[in-house]
Amino acid sequence: MAELDFKELQELAAEILGVEPEQVQMNVSFQRDLAADSLDLVELIAAVEDKYDVELPEEQLEQMKNVGDLWQFLEAREAERTRA
Amino acid sequence: MAIKAAPRVRSDAVPLRTFRSAGRPVAIAGLGIHAPEKVLTNQDLERMVETSDQWIRERTGIRRRHIAEPGTTTFSLATEAAREALAASTVRPEELDMILVATSTPDGPFPSVACRVQGELGVPGACAMDLLAACTGFVYALSAAEAYVSSGRADTVLVIGAEVLSRLVDWKDRGTSVIFADGAAAAVLRPAQRGAGFVAWCLGSDGRGYDQITCGNPTLGGYASGESAPRIAMKGPDVFKFATDIFIRQAFAVAEEAGIDIDDIDLFVPHQANSRIIEAAARRVGLPMERVMVNIDEYGNTSTATIGLALHDALRQGRLKSGDRVLIAGFGSGLTWGACLLEWE
Repeated sequence: MAELDFKELQELAAEILGVEPEQVQMNVSFQRDLAADSLDLVELIAAVEDKYDVELPEEQLEQMKNVGDLWQFLEAREAERTRA
Repeated sequence: MAIKAAPRVRSDAVPLRTFRSAGRPVAIAGLGIHAPEKVLTNQDLERMVETSDQWIRERTGIRRRHIAEPGTTTFSLATEAAREALAASTVRPEELDMILVATSTPDGPFPSVACRVQGELGVPGACAMDLLAACTGFVYALSAAEAYVSSGRADTVLVIGAEVLSRLVDWKDRGTSVIFADGAAAAVLRPAQRGAGFVAWCLGSDGRGYDQITCGNPTLGGYASGESAPRIAMKGPDVFKFATDIFIRQAFAVAEEAGIDIDDIDLFVPHQANSRIIEAAARRVGLPMERVMVNIDEYGNTSTATIGLALHDALRQGRLKSGDRVLIAGFGSGLTWGACLLEWE
């Protein structure tokens, strides 16, 4: 399985949140820095689930404040799949 | 043309029920609408609740909405729309076999709005009844009407969606007060004169989601809880998620049942709940906005009336032509959802 490409997540988030891909960095907060409101986040999650074929449990969503949190979740899922 | 792949479905997603139309083909012969004269703009709302024109436009797409004056009844709005639809379809009121009114805001528990419309039209005899499926009501009513006409139990059915939601709005809630509004739309269904008419359907409900969009105490409802003035409440983000998902899944389910591709759809006429739900769904379905009808800017969310208002505007703007494949889709409190594909007559 190919490794995940952070650039792709940057582009996906940028399209949905209406920001530039370069603004989407690991240490950036969705709400504070990218001005994402609750509806933006719902839409982003749906797009991420589609693209990466994952399901994001509600309780984990609440903890994902930064882009890095989401990225770590995706990487962990990818690692699980590679092992499986 | 490449078949667009449906987005992935969550493992806990409800299975969708679809079916094809059978019997004689049925079409919409004419449309009519009525909106109260009084207009409430976003600027007006700025003076009533903590909000701004920009906030409302960015989150809902709404610029203005029509609000009924005190004393205005749901049946009077419905009757105005009905008269216009009958005139547009050149059907005499006496020809009606059935009057179906979808509404969440009848003027009282009984008599039905449908019977009041019938009284106003002065055409006794036809079977008249109301149907409640919240914002999905218009699609449910269309499906019931289509079933009666296709099976030969009726030749001419009047379907109406009419609401005076403004009376249930909590004017202190900036999440919902800016969204809901009043209006009515009507359609006359008859055997298709040419073309296929209604082709395929997807209808369903999930009562586990009863508390997502409510009016009055979510568990007991407005009556048992003894509330004198129950108000609309909505779990915004949950509804947004449900709504976009169900729009997308219904679009693919109905297209598949009809044996067409998403690309074959000429016009998507969604329930006008929120332009962001519509845009998010269209983006994921892969339909360009040129093929999506949006008129929420003018009317707000009028529940059962939105789809008829949108169809009527599409027709008036020349965006709906004979032979066009039209996808209609709605969702609402319940939870309920419904969609259909039809060939415009």
